[in-house]
Amino acid sequence: MTRILAVSAGLSVPSSTRLLTERLADAVRADLGPDAEVELVELRPLAHALADHLLTGFPNAELEEVLEKVRLADGLIMVTPVFSASFSGLFKTFVDVMEPGLLIGKPVLIGATAGTSRHSLVLDHALRPLFAYLRAVVVPTGVFAATEDFGDHGLEQRVERAAGELASLVGGRRALHVVRDEFADPTPFADRLRGLST
Amino acid sequence: MQFGIFTVGDVTTDPTTGRTPTEHERIKAQVQIAKKAEEVGLDVVAVGQHHNPPFVASSPTTTMAYIAAQTERILLSTSTTLITTTDPVRIAEDYGTLQHLADGRMDLMMGRGNTGPVYPWFGKDIREGINLAIENYALLHRLWREDVVDWEGKFRTPLQGFTATPRPLDGVPPFVWHGSIRSPEIAEQAAYYGDGFFHNHIFWPSSHTRQMVALYRRRFEHYGHGRADQAIVGLGGQFFMRRNSQDAVREFRPYFDNAPVYGHGPSLEDFTSQTPLTVGSPQEVLERTLGFREYVGDYQRQLFLVDHAGLPVKTVLEQLDLLGEILPDLRAGMAEGRPAHVPDGPTHAGLVAARDAAAVTGAAEEVSA
Repeated sequence: MTRILAVSAGLSVPSSTRLLTERLADAVRADLGPDAEVELVELRPLAHALADHLLTGFPNAELEEVLEKVRLADGLIMVTPVFSASFSGLFKTFVDVMEPGLLIGKPVLIGATAGTSRHSLVLDHALRPLFAYLRAVVVPTGVFAATEDFGDHGLEQRVERAAGELASLVGGRRALHVVRDEFADPTPFADRLRGLST
Repeated sequence: MQFGIFTVGDVTTDPTTGRTPTEHERIKAQVQIAKKAEEVGLDVVAVGQHHNPPFVASSPTTTMAYIAAQTERILLSTSTTLITTTDPVRIAEDYGTLQHLADGRMDLMMGRGNTGPVYPWFGKDIREGINLAIENYALLHRLWREDVVDWEGKFRTPLQGFTATPRPLDGVPPFVWHGSIRSPEIAEQAAYYGDGFFHNHIFWPSSHTRQMVALYRRRFEHYGHGRADQAIVGLGGQFFMRRNSQDAVREFRPYFDNAPVYGHGPSLEDFTSQTPLTVGSPQEVLERTLGFREYVGDYQRQLFLVDHAGLPVKTVLEQLDLLGEILPDLRAGMAEGRPAHVPDGPTHAGLVAARDAAAVTGAAEEVSA
């Protein structure tokens, strides 16, 4: 089964970031068909848990469950509101607490919302380099929605194009990167010793 | 089963008075606390190793030797010895000397340390942390077991015809624990050598402790050192006790809220439910501690962190008195239902006896063959 996790960093209720995330999730679900499981997670209820993680170094049970979903996901939809010309602090904190290497090779669809279309390059100036650094595979189309875009036919086209790109990428993901589970299948110690002596 | 205390040797301001102990006071307090630990019947006291303020624990073997000279029974250990940035030759020599001075009343726990700049200060690269722990320990292991060592590795200058002196007391090297909170490679390392594995257990939820210990036990058996339930497991823990539960919470809260590691984060209530921290009556601490076995199995060593977060020495000593009071019940509880084949906590006498028994068995096999 293909698993997609859609993450919304929207804060208000109702939230246009959540609305965009839902539209992206629905479009990806439509492309992948009934075998895919597409789940949406909001970061707002995790805000305290995220701050605590920064301070204690470990996730509480609730946050750990979400991070585990990130690990298991075949693809991610990551959507943030634009705050001060970039992703929000909450969105970045969620990325910051991920284990190193968690996103390597993982297909990611990026999205952002803002009150004005003058922020639209945030996708390419802030989100795309962030996920490039984490060695995620970012789909070519990012979806930006200013308030006015919710009344515009072009948004739907971009949502569908981006969703299609993510759907086609997740199919081949397993070949891109496999993280060894050192708990289930530990690297034999003799191999590690040998690795140092050569 | 051994019970004891471990410290990181931090100098922290008491948040209720604003007073910060001097380094001198803190170092002397560690000795006072260790002597008290022996007095109340504890088995182990472990000191830390750090090379930066606010810690005073840069020279563990000096502190351990001093404590050893002032005590008679308690076993000295570390929490931890930095195997990454300390030359393994110096570890072999320092702890080898300590083993003789303390008549075998010592062991040590390997750790990697977590303060980034300490690595470059000692000429190392933090990105090689795991590899340093692996290579340095491989050398230490040989230095204590082979009289003359030829060695070449990636991180240290080579050795030709080197003999680490003094040779181990009675020809038996100090027992070694490997401590790690979340690196499966270290559990694997401990299992490979048949050494002990210690989980700090105090900053993380029990699910992580369970996962690390389970891996260590499984691999201990895989490498032929015995059954999984015979692997040597140690756990950390922390508590704050008063006769009355509410008094404990009231008194400890400001220390918790301002603690260097988790302060200003989750509430005391959240943290006590998420981690093994217990703040309450002696009976509550007793019950919680006896529950640790449920997720790690019968184990060998339980160490508690009692002197931290700026708690005054007087309070720490009171905590030890209370721990001493529940100690008989802790021992009885841990002994209950414990299978006979589960080993006791490691001691020098035990290791010597095991070595001699193996030699007799080996000789008998030779005769019969």
